[in-house]
Amino acid sequence: MSASFRNFIITRILLTIPMVLILITLVFFVMRVLPGDPIRSQLGPKVSEQQANAIRERLGLNRPLYIQYFDFLGDVLTLNFGNAMTQGERPIKAELGERLPATIELTVPAMLLTVLFGIFSGAYAAHHRKKPSDYGLRMFSIIVYAIPVFFLGLLFQVLFSVRLPILPLDGRMSPMLLSTFHPITNFYVLDAILTRNWPALGSLLQHLIMPSVTLGLVLTGPFLRLTRVNMIETLHEDFITAGRARGIPEKRLVYRHALRNTFIPILTFIGLQFALLLAGAVLTETTFSWPGMGRYLVTRIELRDYNAVQSVIAVFALFVGAISVLVDILYAFIDPRVRY
Amino acid sequence: MSNQKETLVQVRDLSVTYHTRLGPLSAVDHVSFDIYKGEILGVVGESGCGKSTMGKALMRLIMPPGEISSGHIIFDGEDVMQYDQKQLRDFRGRRISMIFQDPMTSLNPVQRVDEHLIEAIQVHEPQTPVEAALRRARTLIEKLGIQKERLRDYPHQLSGGMRQRVMIGLGLVLNADLIVADEATTSLDVIVEAKLLDEFKKLRDEFNLTILMITHNIALIAQIADRIMVMYAGQVAEIGDVTEVFDHPRHPYTEGLLRSVPNIELDEREELYKMGGEPPNLSRPPAGCRFHPRCAQAMPICAQREPELTEISPGRFVHCWLYQDHPQEVAHA
Repeated sequence: MSASFRNFIITRILLTIPMVLILITLVFFVMRVLPGDPIRSQLGPKVSEQQANAIRERLGLNRPLYIQYFDFLGDVLTLNFGNAMTQGERPIKAELGERLPATIELTVPAMLLTVLFGIFSGAYAAHHRKKPSDYGLRMFSIIVYAIPVFFLGLLFQVLFSVRLPILPLDGRMSPMLLSTFHPITNFYVLDAILTRNWPALGSLLQHLIMPSVTLGLVLTGPFLRLTRVNMIETLHEDFITAGRARGIPEKRLVYRHALRNTFIPILTFIGLQFALLLAGAVLTETTFSWPGMGRYLVTRIELRDYNAVQSVIAVFALFVGAISVLVDILYAFIDPRVRY
Repeated sequence: MSNQKETLVQVRDLSVTYHTRLGPLSAVDHVSFDIYKGEILGVVGESGCGKSTMGKALMRLIMPPGEISSGHIIFDGEDVMQYDQKQLRDFRGRRISMIFQDPMTSLNPVQRVDEHLIEAIQVHEPQTPVEAALRRARTLIEKLGIQKERLRDYPHQLSGGMRQRVMIGLGLVLNADLIVADEATTSLDVIVEAKLLDEFKKLRDEFNLTILMITHNIALIAQIADRIMVMYAGQVAEIGDVTEVFDHPRHPYTEGLLRSVPNIELDEREELYKMGGEPPNLSRPPAGCRFHPRCAQAMPICAQREPELTEISPGRFVHCWLYQDHPQEVAHA
């Protein structure tokens, strides 16, 4: 690794700091501008003002806003988010330790599905441009893009667990198996493999299919279209004609030469889509009662749990920032022309 | 060239039509000519005269919306137009290969030089192991004046001249019988160009290659080619031995073309000849001879009937009414 490349990575990481800072600042203040507070939203009007003030004091909400803000920034810096403000006031770190793995377990297969299916079907559509399969795939991409995640999820639930009961309706694994299952890392699939708990693994995978396919399909549309357009452009490049003139088979030209070149702009898009994927995960988790970050976020927003919400958003922001740095680093490996 | 000329390619009546929004456009119109084994045949003409399209058509590389609308390409006795996709793949690269106009864009940017060469070898000779293919690539590339260390480079790491040599290497690596060099040296500076032309000549002598040199640069043809084919508006204007055509151009277009080349002996007061008019729009070519609107020697018949490509002396073909009998009925009219 050259010194300039190292410098680039360091600069790139430093540049994500203002991005994360702006985002969490925004969330911090927006939460407090919204009507309602953690106490009233949880306990309702029955609690007396005196009692409410006592709780406020305990939670530190009576302190000046700027002190609360810097306190929170300190929390983010140390990744030690303190306690939630509602529903048992569990330490947020413990909550994230259980829920973040669940969300990652959902989003990774979804992203893989999106990227692999989107890119290959996009390449296929470009290869068979203006043929029925191309029109079909383009239509498909619009339809899945236009359907809201929760509706598609609901549709799948009706189709595959009610009408044709082949998949579990919701949750992460069958409750019957919970007593036999002992998580280590909270990445349940990994844990099931580590503890050689095959029935649990089967149940986990079954539960994973519907939510991850739902989430993956929704993002497939843009990938398919982007790949298709870029591929069509690349297939008109001189080096493809030159390859054809050398007798290189058409399939090899499309799926090796053109696709590798097309992958470069798509990589940027993967980074951008990651944020959308997390947003989609929030809805998907709600639809499928998936015990991840998204569902946590939704319930805590309703409860105006300032601390929980801003912590989850901070984690999301750090994730998106990390992915975009990763994408820029990957560039150097995929595109030989990129030299920092 | 000696008398025992052996024909490698016979092109007969070849036409290429592009189906554009404005209707069919005949980019190459009933072109017929032969290419002899071991010769360098230069093809010249203005931009858009169909010379590149003709070169691509020889490999059946015309992609939609274009198509080869008529004609035959007889390569070493076989009709290329009858080939199926598999035969075509085998034909391209192994029998005929092309060196493209732009070395900057004709190499895959994410593929190393050695990967290009090895792929070309292995696509045609799947039984060749990678090491053997690499050895071949190395020998060839060194012969072309590139150090073998550069094989590990990506195209963008090479200079224009080196890239063009890599393109030439890709054209030669399978020992194809015919090399179509389409403006192969146009993008290079004159020094590199001169070197490469020398190399072309050497390669021809060494491997008995046949080269079809497509260019708009007539001076270059004079240096390197054995025979010359002048194209105008998608048609052959004149074919002949290079010295004969240069010394005694027959077609008025060839004459104009030669007169518009700057010459060191040109008198200061004498202005360089500029041919009047512009090449025709090929979706609506003029009736009769396509050159007649620009021709100083045009006759009434030229606007009415298209001349035939006629052999006026052995090996010398001209597509002009000046050199053939006028049909009686038109002459009387």
